[in-house]
Amino acid sequence: MANIVEMPKLGFDMAEGTLVSWIAEEGQDITKGDVLADIETDKATVQVESSFTGIVHKHLVEENKTIPIGTPIAVIADKGEDVDLEALLKQASKPDKPSSPPPETASAEKQPAPQLQNTGTDDEFIKASPLAKKIAADAGIKLSSISGTGPEGRIVKRDVEKHLSDSPAPTAKTQSVKTETAIRQGEDQQIPISKLRAAIGRRMVTSHTTIPDFTITYSYDVEALITMRQQMNADRADEEQLSVNDFIVKAVALALRDYPNLNASISEEKIIRHGNINIGNAVAVESGLLTIVVNNADQKSLDQIGHEISTMAGRVRAGKVNPDDIEGSTFTISNLGMFNVHDFTAIINPPEAAILAVASAQETPIIENGNVLIGWRMKATIAADHRITDGAEAAQFMRHLSTFLEQPWRLI
Amino acid sequence: MAVITMREAISQALWEEMERDQKVFIMGEEVGVWGGTYAVTKGFLDHFGSERVRDTPIAEAAIVGAAIGSALGGLRPVAELMTINFAFVAMDHIVNEAAKLHYMFGGQMKLPLVIRTPGGGGRQLGATHSQTPDAIFAHFPGLKVVAPGTPADAKGLLKSAIRSDDPIFFIENATVYQQRGEVPEGELLIPIGKSKIQREGADVTIVTYSKMVSYSLKAAAELEKEDISAEVIDLRTLRPLDLEPIIASFKKTNHAVIAEEGWRSYGVGSEIAARIYEQAFDYLDAPIQRVAQKEVPLPYNRRLEQMALPQVADIVNAVKEVLR
Repeated sequence: MANIVEMPKLGFDMAEGTLVSWIAEEGQDITKGDVLADIETDKATVQVESSFTGIVHKHLVEENKTIPIGTPIAVIADKGEDVDLEALLKQASKPDKPSSPPPETASAEKQPAPQLQNTGTDDEFIKASPLAKKIAADAGIKLSSISGTGPEGRIVKRDVEKHLSDSPAPTAKTQSVKTETAIRQGEDQQIPISKLRAAIGRRMVTSHTTIPDFTITYSYDVEALITMRQQMNADRADEEQLSVNDFIVKAVALALRDYPNLNASISEEKIIRHGNINIGNAVAVESGLLTIVVNNADQKSLDQIGHEISTMAGRVRAGKVNPDDIEGSTFTISNLGMFNVHDFTAIINPPEAAILAVASAQETPIIENGNVLIGWRMKATIAADHRITDGAEAAQFMRHLSTFLEQPWRLI
Repeated sequence: MAVITMREAISQALWEEMERDQKVFIMGEEVGVWGGTYAVTKGFLDHFGSERVRDTPIAEAAIVGAAIGSALGGLRPVAELMTINFAFVAMDHIVNEAAKLHYMFGGQMKLPLVIRTPGGGGRQLGATHSQTPDAIFAHFPGLKVVAPGTPADAKGLLKSAIRSDDPIFFIENATVYQQRGEVPEGELLIPIGKSKIQREGADVTIVTYSKMVSYSLKAAAELEKEDISAEVIDLRTLRPLDLEPIIASFKKTNHAVIAEEGWRSYGVGSEIAARIYEQAFDYLDAPIQRVAQKEVPLPYNRRLEQMALPQVADIVNAVKEVLR
């Protein structure tokens, strides 16, 4: 029997998603679990899988359309099945519909003649004059980005022209070659804010304006860690190489076991100490950054942590994310070690209690017993929510972390 | 350039062509002794004689039938029907013979026939004498239908019609015989099947013909006061249609209003609108508006009659609607 696939809710604050592209075309065979479409959420592009087996009977949503979660996006039917789309959609729009396919008896109950009600398709139609459509198409503008001022909100020529003049396309740069010291005039570019950029913006504003944070910087002796990593990597294949970050993730996770206030969230009147230690790792992607999550990192081996991080990082950098990859972190690490930074601070990833900003491991002069020696040091700065924890506790955590980073065999 | 009435312009055309070609003659009810119901042929009988200016019985089928026969026989008749409303009596001759003989006999004979007839409402002549059924005649392949809107066009088109070897249905409008306009003296030939831009504009294309040309020009002048620039295109010939200037204009303005005096349903406006939709769909920025007569038999009562007929204000309002 025919089933409807809906726009899934892929995150706790996801309200809508954009159907970026259809992977399974209409008429194509599909097995439960096969990828149906690419969907862009606030955070990432995610592949949506079919929950049913059959053929893709119909796409209900055009590509690049943004729709609320729960909106029907496709119909999966049996081969050759005669699908009454209206009745099916009507059934789907019932608020108390069963989540699993209804039993035969329910579907056999003949419904009264279905009303003409095209949920999901009516509101996709954008009223625009043929000329407005043509101008918009020629200019590569989405009609959805233009507001219509014609009768009943119809988009007409003047609306498209206004849109074009309000946001001029970057024109070809003209270079002056008249003088030897020709100066190229720069042009301001107006870049639309992506969903991800907007989501980062919202979260960071919330964090920076509502969380009273403080920072503590600690300098770790990582000579042993670096040596041990070199030794461990010596006989490993390329894809199995461990990064410094893998060690840090494990070390932080173990240290957090003794500092539950730093593996916590604040909610209304309560502080929630999380039962699991899920370490988020900030990963730079094309249009912003995402936090990939190693769940229960304190219980996983370095190998496992390394494998998970490289797999997930590969996915998010390719723009394909499983929702699980980016949800549920309880503490976040932002590691800029690869950029040769001396020290930096990070903004807390709400609703978490703290974030650790890890700088580069650097060779540096060390004073020991009155002698100047050469050693390896790595600075890390914790930013913590003062509503949940205090300076002394965070400082103790940072010192406790040193026992793992400076005695890395504890991580094995 | 002389400023003369539509009546005088038509009269000049007939006179000049009868002077030019002995084969041209006129026949119809009251065209001779009386000088024409609308005084178009005053003085013709005295000058050209009763052989070439023939009064007929009140028998429209006979008038058109005889004209067809004489045209087949080598003459160039200009038959006058007192009003277009009486053309229905001669319908079989007009649509089954005049429109088809050339085709059905494989082009063996020519039919150099002109049927002149005034139509239109607004003179309190009642429902049966006030019609504008132009579209009906334009429906038939084989007939050329000409309907001028200015004195100069009337003269130039009628002269071309008389010289044409095809059957031509020449529609005048009874209410505009007194309308004046500049008409070049002497020879004036305007090709049949060519529409004309009577006024240039940028914002909206008003397509019209016959009596509605002057109405549309008045509407355009009013709209100009509100900074709306209307282009007025006069069809002049309903068949064959000359669409090129209309499509070109529409591609420039993206908005169109079609003004005609006849009824809206199955009318000239319907045809022009459909052609624009077919040929310039991507240039359409608003639904095309048709200004036409209310769908009632035209009332006798003067006020009601004027309410039923399309007015300048209707054109102005239609333009504002398409530009909304």
